[in-house]
Amino acid sequence: MTLLPENTEKKLGLVIDLDTCVGCHACVVSCKGWNTENYGAPLSDENAFGAKPVGSFLNRIHSYEVSPIDKPAHLVHFPKSCLHCENAPCVTVCPTGASYKRVEDGIVLVNETDCIGCGLCAWACPYGAREMDPVEKVMKKCTLCVDRIYNDNLPEEDQVPSCVRTCPAGARHFGDLGDPNSDVSKLVEERGGTDLMPEQGTMPVNKYLPPRPKNQMDDTDILAPYLEPVADEPDGFFKWLDKTLDRI
Amino acid sequence: MKDQPYLETSPKVSDEVKQTTCYMCACRCGINVHLKDGKVSYIEGNKDHPVNQGVLCAKGSAGIMQVNAPSRLDSPMIRVGPRGSGEFKKISWDEALNLAVEWLKPLRIKAPEKLAFFTGRDQSQSFTSYFAQMFGTPNYAAHGGFCSVNMATAGIYTMGGAFWEFGQPDWDYTKLFILFGVAEDHDSNPIKMGIGKIKERGAKIVGVNPIRTGYNAVADEWLGVTPGTDGLLILSLINVLIKAGKIDLEYLAKYTNAPVFIDPESGLILRDKNDKPLVKDRITGKICAFDTKGIYPDLNATYKARDVTSNTVFHAIIKKYISPEYDPEKVANVCGISAPKIRALANEIARVAFEEEFQLPIEWTDFRGEKHTSMKGRPVSFHSMRGISAHSNGFQTCRALHILQILLGTVEVPGGFRFKPPYPKPSSIHPKPHFKVTPNAPLDGPHLGFVHGPEDLALDENGKPVRIDKAFSWENPMSAHGLMHMVISNAYAGDPYKIDTLFMYMANMSWNSSMNTSGVMKMLTDKDKKGDYVIPRIIYSDAYSSEMVAYADLILPDTTYLERHDCISLLDRPISEADGAADAIRWPVIEPDRDVRGFQSVLIDLGARLGLPGFINEDGSAKYKDYADYIVNHLRKPDIGPLAGFRGDGSAVGRGDVNPKQLESYIENGGFYVAHIPEGAKYFKPWNNAYQKWAVDLGLYDTPMPYIFNLYSEPMRKFQLAAEGFGEHQPPDHLRDQLKSVMSPLPIWYSNEGDLEENTKYPIHALTQRPMAMYHSWGSQNAWLRQIHGLNPLYVPTKIMKEHNLKTGDWVKLSSSHNTIIVPVAEMASLNENTVWTWNAIGKRKGAWALDPNAPEATKGFLLNHLIHELQPARGDGLRWSNSDPVTGQAAWFDLKVKLEKATAPEESQPSFDEIKSPVGTGPKNISWKVRN
Repeated sequence: MTLLPENTEKKLGLVIDLDTCVGCHACVVSCKGWNTENYGAPLSDENAFGAKPVGSFLNRIHSYEVSPIDKPAHLVHFPKSCLHCENAPCVTVCPTGASYKRVEDGIVLVNETDCIGCGLCAWACPYGAREMDPVEKVMKKCTLCVDRIYNDNLPEEDQVPSCVRTCPAGARHFGDLGDPNSDVSKLVEERGGTDLMPEQGTMPVNKYLPPRPKNQMDDTDILAPYLEPVADEPDGFFKWLDKTLDRI
Repeated sequence: MKDQPYLETSPKVSDEVKQTTCYMCACRCGINVHLKDGKVSYIEGNKDHPVNQGVLCAKGSAGIMQVNAPSRLDSPMIRVGPRGSGEFKKISWDEALNLAVEWLKPLRIKAPEKLAFFTGRDQSQSFTSYFAQMFGTPNYAAHGGFCSVNMATAGIYTMGGAFWEFGQPDWDYTKLFILFGVAEDHDSNPIKMGIGKIKERGAKIVGVNPIRTGYNAVADEWLGVTPGTDGLLILSLINVLIKAGKIDLEYLAKYTNAPVFIDPESGLILRDKNDKPLVKDRITGKICAFDTKGIYPDLNATYKARDVTSNTVFHAIIKKYISPEYDPEKVANVCGISAPKIRALANEIARVAFEEEFQLPIEWTDFRGEKHTSMKGRPVSFHSMRGISAHSNGFQTCRALHILQILLGTVEVPGGFRFKPPYPKPSSIHPKPHFKVTPNAPLDGPHLGFVHGPEDLALDENGKPVRIDKAFSWENPMSAHGLMHMVISNAYAGDPYKIDTLFMYMANMSWNSSMNTSGVMKMLTDKDKKGDYVIPRIIYSDAYSSEMVAYADLILPDTTYLERHDCISLLDRPISEADGAADAIRWPVIEPDRDVRGFQSVLIDLGARLGLPGFINEDGSAKYKDYADYIVNHLRKPDIGPLAGFRGDGSAVGRGDVNPKQLESYIENGGFYVAHIPEGAKYFKPWNNAYQKWAVDLGLYDTPMPYIFNLYSEPMRKFQLAAEGFGEHQPPDHLRDQLKSVMSPLPIWYSNEGDLEENTKYPIHALTQRPMAMYHSWGSQNAWLRQIHGLNPLYVPTKIMKEHNLKTGDWVKLSSSHNTIIVPVAEMASLNENTVWTWNAIGKRKGAWALDPNAPEATKGFLLNHLIHELQPARGDGLRWSNSDPVTGQAAWFDLKVKLEKATAPEESQPSFDEIKSPVGTGPKNISWKVRN
């Protein structure tokens, strides 16, 4: 049993815009690249060229089809990684204290030297956001690129998680969700950002911005106010044209 | 609570960062390659680069797995087993190049056309075509013919450029962005960045596409159009907009050929003695050349001379498109879009284009000398690529889309569509096709170009096609990118003649880049009566153990993209932005650890060994050491070379002497160069004096080239005239009717489907697309990317799933008029209800790409290509028509119609093929490593 801090100084996290995410997997692979080379053991791939390749990824995109009753179906791309919950069940379940939530910024991490690979945390996480590395046998999860965001060896503008830096559509935002005046908090406010599965009581820090309503061009609106006809055959059109040209 | 463990939050990132250009797809983004101990450790986007501004897609970030891929070829090889077996012997580069010379030299001396040199996903076409030209063969092209030649060509003939490399939406100001047929591709990062940017502003995105994935998934509105009917939908939008008077009359009068007179007898454009199109000035009533200073061309004019009254192009347009045949109610069923929805879209276009008109306070002067105090904007933009192109009615559909933009007055205006230098460029200043073969001498000019009438076709004195792919023939006159998909079948058939050596680069013709894949494998392995291969010799260059390797006789192994020099040139397929001309390089940020060489350097060597002009000095010695040397020192014209930046003493741009330190300057500058367009020259480029001057200074034009857009295409009318029996160049009789119809000088729509019997038998449309994480990628076997897309079920709409009592995971027998495949299915609701589709090129041949033969790509993966024949089904007229667009020869991949039946699950997708022997073995079981210092 590991304790969570009562409070964290900051609540660093991601705000992910489901209206803009095109499901391109750029964030998934950039994350894999950075985190293979950095924090802890590499993110490995078992059967990398074989029948059932299984690699560890800290961030994955799931695609869901939504079929409203009165509108055409559509796809929602849903990127998912650790949500750095305030009430993180993966931490409290950890028998060795390897899983912990940082006091200074609220990032949930696994101290790999203390991880015995028991997998309890992955069972406890309602989001399925932790993955046991298939080769290294150590629990892997999103670090919010803790080795980027404070890294003085990177230019200041690059001190963001690699998924945020790389996202082509700008669908990922990083900041302090504990500060109501931060850009990310304002974005959540403006766009009605929500928690994932709030009923779980995990109090996730990461927020999702919902897709805007789709298919608003109403099938039944035949008024088409900007299509008031000027003519429906050539002669009428040319008469209109002459009058209109005179005004130019 | 115990103390938190110590954490190093500022670890050293890498030893050094080298900036080069990505090649994981065709976008050519700038990348920062981090190196530790000389090895690639991490790849990220280059923030200063004009294409991607720091972002990078999944493919780009997975480059490290490509550079380390076990499928990399490691040595030149010669085939020792039968073709297709994959049995090779490693040989030295000297042996390989000597053999190539032994094969090619006699051809050059006697019959250069016996070499067919086709490069697939080539990004160095201005160089590879130069090699082919100096060799003297007319048989050269890259992959455009089976990609998007319809879009490119329709754009160039109509307005001097098309989408993607030619231009882009004005992401800063557009408020309505309409995508036709673009799902996940062309181009990659810039579209995603643009979508993100306009969404932030609350702009609306409309997707017109049978499949609602990718960009269509985030579109605000979706029109799930029936494949192949986009042209009709567009003409219906035009019909509605014309009837409402919602077209930009001033724009049409000033910047297009709408006010130009058409001779009613010939259908040709009336011209003055200097060959300039004639218009009537609405101010003075005078008939004069279109570019006369100070005139206001009259859209509504008539011109009477010798009892013949000529009307304007605009009259012809109105008469044609106001016709009730294009009423939304008439087209709704065919397009699969309700009439109210078509009107709703037209209404939204009209509202945004005309109610949200705005002005940018930028002064400019047009080519007639008129001074404008501001730039008028219309914030509606379009984008489209392969989806509407790859149909047999694709050219006219693409023309229709370009015409729609022009009628709205949204091309080259703020908020609309903007060209990227070197475009806009009038079609008339592009080269014409060159095809005159002289043994032991170069071809008479560049191969590919734009025909302007029957006299420009690549035909011999008997009217027979000169090119092996029959490009620029009556069957497909405007085939500006060639027809790579016809090369093997024509060479096999000896039609129009037999060839000796097929030389290919990065073109997976025995797999996913061919129609009729099984047939092509047979053509490549078939022998004649004497026991010789029907296609006698095949040379192939690839960096990886692709399916095509097994079908070649001589393999010239290429490097990966981080081990080579390359040049992304303004002479070629540029990477410019609407605000500037840009070019870039690749350079070896790591050295190859195998016996491989960059293909372009190999061609430089081969060219010298063959003694080709342009590749040797007067004394016969090699002119260039390697491709890098060529990039710096080659001059295409005086003062103009492959790279525009840092010329002369390093400060010259565009025009200037050779600068021996040019590559160093590019490397210092991040691997690219941008020449920014001045503020007053950024819009209205074809007519803007300031832009014209800038383009001449940069060397894009030799003199100012203002021109008007061709709503009416006179070159097309010339082909129609020939088909009607006029002129000295006459088509064969069996093609007359086709030419009369498809060469319509104003866009038309015609059905791309077969006859009623065929349609009843094969009622379902079948499409392919590539996923974003693999679009235009040579790396779908990549260890990371294959975990994202390792399977390609056939996606089937709910209606058809129910009809056939199918559930996801079941298997179906999918048949076309040509062939049958058996494949797994998955249900998808957000899909046109009569369309099925799958991801292309996920399926792999056993033994290729260093994958385990049990990899899902090889056991469950499949290609729709088996169902698509390069010829259309026999129609009882004794002829077999090519499965291509009759205007350009573009491969009509997306015309495929199928039927579907539930099948018992086979062990593997059918057809399945024997394992080919891998020249590189199989990849390691696990990957688990870091690059450590």
